[in-house]
Amino acid sequence: MADKVLMKGNEAIAESAIIAGCRHYFGYPITPQTEIAAYMAKRMPKIGGTFLQAESEIAAINMVYGVSSAGYRVMTSSSSPGISLKGEGLSYMAGSDLPALVVNVQRGGPGLGGIQPSQSDYFQATKGGAHGDFKMIVLAPSSVQEMAALTVKGFELADKYRMTAMILADGTMGQMMEPVELDFEVKPSPEKPWATNGTKMQRTHNIVNSLSLVPEELERLNFERFERYAIVERDEVMYEEYLMDDAEICIAAFGIAARVAKNAIVKAREKGIKVGMIRPITLWPFPKAPFKKAAEQVKHIISVELSMGQMIEDVKLASECKVPVTLCNRAGGMIPTPEQVLAHIEDIYSGGAK
Amino acid sequence: MVVFDKPKALADVSMHYCPGCTHGIVHRLVAEVIDELGIEGKTIGVAPVGCSVMAYNYFNCDMIEAAHGRAPAVATGVKRANPSEHIVFTYQGDGDLASIGMAETVHAAARNENITIIFINNAIYGMTGGQMAPTSLPGQVTQTSPYGRDVNHCGYPIRVCEMLSELEGPEYLERVTVNNVKNVNKAKKAIKKAFQNQIDGKGFSLIEVVSTCPTNWGMTPANALKWLDENMLPYYPLGVYKDRSAKEE
Repeated sequence: MADKVLMKGNEAIAESAIIAGCRHYFGYPITPQTEIAAYMAKRMPKIGGTFLQAESEIAAINMVYGVSSAGYRVMTSSSSPGISLKGEGLSYMAGSDLPALVVNVQRGGPGLGGIQPSQSDYFQATKGGAHGDFKMIVLAPSSVQEMAALTVKGFELADKYRMTAMILADGTMGQMMEPVELDFEVKPSPEKPWATNGTKMQRTHNIVNSLSLVPEELERLNFERFERYAIVERDEVMYEEYLMDDAEICIAAFGIAARVAKNAIVKAREKGIKVGMIRPITLWPFPKAPFKKAAEQVKHIISVELSMGQMIEDVKLASECKVPVTLCNRAGGMIPTPEQVLAHIEDIYSGGAK
Repeated sequence: MVVFDKPKALADVSMHYCPGCTHGIVHRLVAEVIDELGIEGKTIGVAPVGCSVMAYNYFNCDMIEAAHGRAPAVATGVKRANPSEHIVFTYQGDGDLASIGMAETVHAAARNENITIIFINNAIYGMTGGQMAPTSLPGQVTQTSPYGRDVNHCGYPIRVCEMLSELEGPEYLERVTVNNVKNVNKAKKAIKKAFQNQIDGKGFSLIEVVSTCPTNWGMTPANALKWLDENMLPYYPLGVYKDRSAKEE
């Protein structure tokens, strides 16, 4: 077993990316994820890699587009307003079927918003995030260890499905320090016969492209892409169930909200209230099955979120509205307290909640 | 005996360009240079959004289609992915390079990114049907400047080579045109140098080609060349705007 090291979440992402074989990082400064860039700026030159501070988020994602086109593992990271700027590139990468890892350490919005933690980019991340029909694989870590592990996993999934994998973290996950083990077994990058890395006069030329002016052809590409997405939905769903066996109330929460909710669940259990939790680890593909199953068992689902209620829509869809789903939230950079979540649980338990 | 053949780096397909458009000539020059330098197998081209958007179909080297204006950033990524093995060029029009992609252009130049940029300046947006470009001349009538470009309303055209020449970064900046045989030969020499600079690791080279757009200028090809001579060249003087190595030699 490897030694545990104490790391910030942002640093754990950076080091894990290097372990995963990523040697190219492009970014633009924005709080609260700048540690990733700072870490890469220090490490990449020492290991023959590339760190480049781009002139903008738009340029950074397009540099990622270039490296990915050439067939190499590559990443960028940012926080909410910066991810909006990267939207154009994310859509083009989906249209060109290019793999990459993109990290969003979310902060409160909309607009310039604030710099405190948030989960209000859930819609942006899981519903496409830019123009056109496309999906990203969205991974939601709930500990520094998961920040590390999901980074490695993200590169592997991106390569496997030729998609963008996004780590959807938040300011808390990025800034907090926890012990981590970094002894990952990494699946090497697969062969990429489609890469534009020079024909070497041994094959016909490759073209990386998202333009298709014939609608029948563009439609076919969209259907083919969604067949691939269907495989991701079938094979790559990840979630954690916590005390769900006898639960009468189910909490839905991811990331930092799940950590807060766990504290509330422990306290509720001490009071004899049977509460459990389903914690999605992949936000897309969303763990529909466990929520569908839970809806047959529990009387109520509470979605705990650092937003005005975004994941709650997927929870309602997955549970097919068979039981009431209520929102327990803070927004704009505020984090719900265990007491707030406990009060919400008790309210429901006593029949107070609608 | 074949005395005049298609360059090997140019794909054997028909191009979609309008009659009299100079894209065809410039494509051919780029392909001839790739042939002569023997770099087709390691060259990756980046096409823009605009009339040359489908340039990816016209070259036999690997090609990437970039988002509007982002070609220098994409090229930066491709180059840095494997600097010793990749020869990377972008091929961009004036709207792409000097309007929506100006930041990418300026910063790639400032970094002296070791790439080659072929910049087609025909003072108009071609693909979208003839709107005012950042390089449209004062008074020039376009679809979005129907009364002529009014500099008091929408400012002045941008001279890209002159502007970039103020930066420390770039290695080589030259403005050429392809309106006659002599100038075509000069343009080819400049393009070849821009690729050779990259092979030699010298850095950012940009060749601006003052070009025609007979269709959207509303002229015959012959009149377009005349208009270029009389209007474009006085505003966009030909010549070398920066050649760092020449200074050092």
